[in-house]
Amino acid sequence: MITINEVSKWYGATQVLNRCSTAVDKGEVVVVCGPSGSGKSTLIKCVNGLEPFQQGTITVDGISVGDRKTDLPKLRARIGMVFQHFELFPHLTVMRNLELAQIKVLGRSKRESAERGMLLLGRVGLREHAQKYPGELSGGQQQRVAIARALAMDPIAMLFDEPTSALDPEMINEVLDVMVALAKDGMTMMVVTHEMGFARKVARRIVFMDRGEIVEDAPAAEFFGKPRSERAQVFLSKILQH
Amino acid sequence: MFSNFDFDVIARSLSYLFYDGMTFTLTLTVLATIGGIVFGTLLALMRLSAFAPISLAAAGYVNLMRSVPLVLMIFWFYFLVPYIGQWITGAPRPIEVGAFVSSLVTFTLFEAAYFCEIMRAGIQSIPRGQIAAAQALGMTYPQTMGYIVLPQAFRNMVPVLLTQTIVLFQDTSLVYVLSITDFLGAASKVAQRDGRLVEMYLFAALVYFVISLAASRGVRRLQARTAIIR
Repeated sequence: MITINEVSKWYGATQVLNRCSTAVDKGEVVVVCGPSGSGKSTLIKCVNGLEPFQQGTITVDGISVGDRKTDLPKLRARIGMVFQHFELFPHLTVMRNLELAQIKVLGRSKRESAERGMLLLGRVGLREHAQKYPGELSGGQQQRVAIARALAMDPIAMLFDEPTSALDPEMINEVLDVMVALAKDGMTMMVVTHEMGFARKVARRIVFMDRGEIVEDAPAAEFFGKPRSERAQVFLSKILQH
Repeated sequence: MFSNFDFDVIARSLSYLFYDGMTFTLTLTVLATIGGIVFGTLLALMRLSAFAPISLAAAGYVNLMRSVPLVLMIFWFYFLVPYIGQWITGAPRPIEVGAFVSSLVTFTLFEAAYFCEIMRAGIQSIPRGQIAAAQALGMTYPQTMGYIVLPQAFRNMVPVLLTQTIVLFQDTSLVYVLSITDFLGAASKVAQRDGRLVEMYLFAALVYFVISLAASRGVRRLQARTAIIR
């Protein structure tokens, strides 16, 4: 579904990604982890072309992201993305947030979009908040709306960029629960997160990054059992201590 | 000390002052504001373009407009617009557009430079993540701007835009150089005719003061109501 092949990226003279290669198969959940500044967020943003990269190729469903001829908006419409800071549109109600792209990008009717929006809002347990504005919701609720908004586009894969990092601790689980349910439904997911409990529970593979490189790419059980690289061992011991 | 003054002149000329004069002033203010904001927003988008020739052209325009006195622009356009009209339409002689159209064009073009800077600040105040989120949903650049960025930028900037409109309202009095009957022009004409300069100019100042003060009070109240909950 998603193939990342030898991708390198520079910000000016600073290299932020160094020949990264990995893949996410259909229905697979891959967790990307690593210390901050390791390039994991940058890598996931390259997948739907939000960040350009200078070398290598990324294909999603057979379409090359870096190709100049690729219709990026059209491709992005098929890939859902959830951000660290939710990024709901604050000037629109929850319902409008869910409808807007369905209507303007997919060309669905207002009624169809509203129905689809309501269905997904129900799935994340926020049906009664449809007419509120994002600012009236808690962080956890906003992030669930953001997931519903992405799902409303009927994506072929979902990208999560640290979806729980900006949340208060008591709200993390309500978001993770939605993501676990999504994984169980067979959604193809690429998730950048520090939530190792989530990774252990649903990830098939763990990609460990450090300093712009993919240091380890292993099945979850293997990674948590005994990581091969020393860097991953150090990272895990730090993050699992508490 | 006011014994030599005749304030009845104001009462006698009220309909001329307001019906003829103020109507012109307000019409010019409203139309130039709308035109200025539309053109200014376009300029702001150009200034923020990653394509250097476009952003440089917009920046050049804004800087030019902001470094020329408005009175000069009003004069200039009054004589220039007929020739531009002739050049565009290929008419055999300069096209008479009249003082109103010429001053409307001037104010729109001039104020657009100021509205551009306001809208540019407004657009830049929108977090980059909002643009990323819109793009991630498959929106194109015009959709991202039209549905996500500009509505928020506009709403954030309403108080500043309206404050600029109050300035524009006062600036419209400069059309007196074209002998147009705006509010000040009307007051001025009555003043000259009846020899009541002090009375009329005092009254005109009072009217500008009251309207501007009331408007800025209104802006402040609106400010509290239009804020987006974050």
